[in-house]
Formats: sequence, structure tokens, C-alpha cells
Amino acid sequence: MLRIAVCVKAVPDPKEATRIKIDPVTRTLLRRDVPLVTNHLDRNAVEAAVQLKEELDAHVAVISMGPPPAETIVRECLALGADEGILLCDQAFGGADAFATAYSLAKGIEKMGGFDLVLCGMASSDSGTEWVGPKIGALLGIPVVTAVREIVERDGRSWKVKASLENGYRLVRVRLPALLTVTRELNTPRALSFSGIVSARKKEITEWGINDLGVQEEAVGLRGSPTITANLTIMNGKDSKRAVEMITGTREEAAERLVEKLAAAGML
Amino acid sequence: MPMHDNMGARCGAVWVIAEQTDGRIRTGSLQLVGHARKLANQLGTCLEVVLLGGNLVGVIQPLFAAGADRVYLGNDPDLALYQPEIYTEMVVKLATEQEPEIMLVGSTSMGRELAPLVAARLQTGLTAHCIDLVLDENGILEQRVPAYGGLVSITCPDRRPQMATVARGVFPMPQLDEDSTGEVVPLDVPDEVPGRVQTLEVIREEPEGVPLEIASVIVAGGAGAGDLDGWCKIADLAKVLNAALGSTRPAVDEGWIGLETMIGQSGKVVSPELYIGVGLSGEMQHMVGITGAKVMVAINSDAKSPVFEQVDYGVVDDCRKFVPVLVEKIKEHRERALSRSSRSHGPTSI
Repeated sequence: MLRIAVCVKAVPDPKEATRIKIDPVTRTLLRRDVPLVTNHLDRNAVEAAVQLKEELDAHVAVISMGPPPAETIVRECLALGADEGILLCDQAFGGADAFATAYSLAKGIEKMGGFDLVLCGMASSDSGTEWVGPKIGALLGIPVVTAVREIVERDGRSWKVKASLENGYRLVRVRLPALLTVTRELNTPRALSFSGIVSARKKEITEWGINDLGVQEEAVGLRGSPTITANLTIMNGKDSKRAVEMITGTREEAAERLVEKLAAAGML
Repeated sequence: MPMHDNMGARCGAVWVIAEQTDGRIRTGSLQLVGHARKLANQLGTCLEVVLLGGNLVGVIQPLFAAGADRVYLGNDPDLALYQPEIYTEMVVKLATEQEPEIMLVGSTSMGRELAPLVAARLQTGLTAHCIDLVLDENGILEQRVPAYGGLVSITCPDRRPQMATVARGVFPMPQLDEDSTGEVVPLDVPDEVPGRVQTLEVIREEPEGVPLEIASVIVAGGAGAGDLDGWCKIADLAKVLNAALGSTRPAVDEGWIGLETMIGQSGKVVSPELYIGVGLSGEMQHMVGITGAKVMVAINSDAKSPVFEQVDYGVVDDCRKFVPVLVEKIKEHRERALSRSSRSHGPTSI
């Protein structure tokens, strides 16, 4: 049996994320109740796992670290076809940077038992660092391939994958157990089905805190984070070299005037 | 765990992990070396570069010309392609021995994989896709990244090295001093690498249409497209202008277009003559990717959108309705221009 762990993150809905701003007075984030959704690329990771399960004898566990409301996205992954859900949820995990997050998730994956394959989305839409996946792999001591866009060949435990580059791809051979981070090109995530939602209600979500993981409070969350975020400064982004000229009028007029301006500047 | 002792500790070197393609040091690596030189001067320490590759004879001089004091050179056929296990092992081993103060890596495909693998092994911090790096009054590296309509400074006060990947094109090309030389320290390839992951081949793919990096006209779309149908209208505008089509993170997240079209901090850096931003709000993550555009235009339904503070011409309208009209007007303009030119240059009647 192929044992697969998929790491997922609850992120502010990217459609509304631009509403999150820095409070000019308190310098803290104004979250404005933006709803949490499953990070887009993590859905590609879940889809990849579920497709493997449909083809092979596989068990899919989903693991997430987040506040209690993150349970809804773990539940969603169960409805999409995962067998088991784990939520790392503890005040002590709060304020974690990529290293502390990867450390906690790696400890969670270790506690869940041996894994043949760990899948992560390549990046999260909120912080966008791309670090958590490869750091989990490094901490678990297993090989890592980032930005996987295609699984070309599976020969037992020796897999061949395509990993995206700026201007092409790398053909990589990797031996399981391994961690792969995946891109959008890998697959098209399925939509939630009614029967999936119903069956997810019967599946169990296990919650683990630091005592369950057997980790020190100093090693996780803000205290376990090597990096400190400071100096939230507000940038209005104003480009002093440019003074905007607003093009007004009816839609037709504005389009006509914009064309004139661009033509006059030699741009058409 | 490498812990930093602020009291009386000799400051380690500033490091840059450089990259080369086809026997040439990448421009981004030289820009990074140029900026790292300034940081090393301010700290009163050396600037050292790590370069790994397969055939590096006669390749490294530009690194000295850009300001490196020392180059750690791994030159071996086994290093010709980026091999994550060997590369990670070599950088981790060297960093453990040498204890650099700062380690900078370009936000390239390789850098974005290698940096977190190295940082996790060294149990130190790593900041992603910085757009600026400065030293504070205590000599701590402030690693600046845009976030939530502001700029955030990230520091790694207690562990070493302080590691960051750096967005493309944010530092200028340094003045190259062709006569500069420095020390070359050859590195051995470790023989005890497990070989669990191996790059077999690197395949280049040419993108369709005009590449963003060299396009003179760019149309970039964002979340304001609303859906795929709205996105296609923006793509039509790019087509009629013979422009390259760029995007913001939300458009990529929605699946309207591929990641390779993303402009900005974690994407591409462009410098077109004409930039038209459609249905995007001018977030710094995107705008830092546009340098030196002659004319900038924004179309956005929100009159208060910050994008209007960063462009020359602005139109407040729903882009899904406005853009098709604009496309028609551009076509009409073209036809008029064409008929004028055929009148003036056409055959004269006898």
C-alpha cells in the first residue's frame, strides 16, 4: 500500500485578500473577516493523491496546521476523497514562520507513521514563500522535487517527474519515500460531490497539540521561528514620476480618447 | 544549531550562491554580487561566492569583476546539471565550516528549491523574494518584502547565516572591473551522496507569442477579469496590440493563465514601452516587476484603486465592458491610419 500524506493550508480567499490591509495606526493586519479557503495549489496536491488512490492501493491522509476554523478545509479534503484528516491546532503553533511550520508538520507526519509520498502545493497564495514543502522534506530527511507538473513514469518506487523551470522543465528521477510540491499544470482538481460531502461526515479528523507531538513549546510557533517580521510600513506605491490623467466621458468616448493619447505618444 | 553571538564575535563573510548558464554567469547573480559587495563593505567583511557547475574554466572572472573576494568553485561533470542532493550537501558542509554571516540566493527555479533545503538543514531563517536588503544600525540584515499593501522588514536576529532569496532585477548591474582578481578555492564533490533524486535532463521550451521579457507592449490582467470569459477579453486586447500578455498572482490562482506569465516580486521583471494594467489594483507584489515603462495605463472599476497613483493614464470602468470597446476603437484607428497612408503613398492617377 502506498501511504500518502498531503499538506494543506487554510488561506484567506484570494478573491478577497486585497481587502486585508495594514492598520495605519496599530500597524497590525486588518483581516476584515475574509473567509478561509483551501490554498489553490494544495487542491492540486489533494487531487494528485486521490487519483493515485483510484489507480493503486493507497491511503491518503491530509494534514494541516491552523486555527480551529481550518477544520473546514480538512473536512473539504475528506469530501474530495482523502481517508483521514489531521489538524495541528494549538495556541503554541501561532505566529510560526516557514521553518517552525515545516518543523511542526514534519513532526505530525512522523507521528502519523511511515509515509511513501508527501505532497504539497508549490506555494501558498497568502505568504507565497514556497518554503514549507521543501523544508518538511529536508527535516524528514527524504528527497524533494519542487514544482512538479507531471508524473511521467512510476516504476515501483522509482518515479520520473517533470519539474517546471523558468523556461522549460527538468526531467527528474526520484526514489520514494519522497516529497513533491506540485503546480497547477499537474491536474484539474475535481469539484465537491454530494456523496463526497456525505461520506466526509463519517470520517474522523484528529486534532493534535504540542503535547501530542511531543515537541517543546520553544521549538514551534513564534518562539521556534528564526525570522521576525517587523516594521510593517505602509507604502502608498505612489510613483512620483507619474501624474495620472484620468480619461473620462462615456465608455465610447473614453476608449476613443485613450486611443488618441496612445497614438499621440507613438504607442499604436 | 548555529547561534550568533553578538558580543565580540568576528563577523562571518557575506555569501552569494551564483548560477551560470551555458558557461556564462547569470546577470542576476552579478547584480546580487554587486549589492552583496556593499553589504560586505558596511560589515567590514569578505564577499564570497559559491559556484557549482560542470565546465567552469574561464567562467568565473565576472564574479571578481563584480566585487567577489573569493570564489568557492565546484567544477565537476557531476555538477553540470543542478543536482539537489549534491548541491545541498556541498553548500551545507561549506557553510557549517565557514559560518557565513549572510547567504543570498537568486529567486530562480534552482534558487527557490536549493535555498529552503539548505536553510532547513542549517536550521536558520529564510526570507522569500526580497526586493531590498539593508543593514540596520546593529549590522542585522533587514530583508524587505512587499505584503498587504505595505512593505515588511524581516530579520533573523539569532541564527546564522541570515538567508534570503532575492527577486529578479531589483539591484542594478555593478560596474565591472575587468582587472579584478581574487582567490579561487576548489571544492570536492562528496562521494557519499545517496543518489535518491537525480536531474536527468534539462529541456528548454520556447513560450508562444512575444516573450514578456523583451516585449515592447504588455497587457497585464488581474482579478478584475472576474471569470475566464472576462480574461479572454483582456487576451483579445493583447492580441490586437501584438502585446505580450502578463498576469498577477490572483489571475494565476484562478487558473486563467499559467504561472510563467506572472509579473512581479515572485515572477518576471519587464520593461516595456507601453504597459496596460487591466482589472488589477496595483499591489506592490506586481508593480515591482515593471521597471522603466515609458507609458503606463490602468483600467479599473474602483476610482480609489492605488493603481491610479502609479500610471500615466487611468480609466475608471468595468474592464469586461470597457476592453471590448477599446479593442474596436484600436481597430478603427488602425484602419483609418491605413487608409490615410494608402491615399498618400498610393499610385497617382495620370
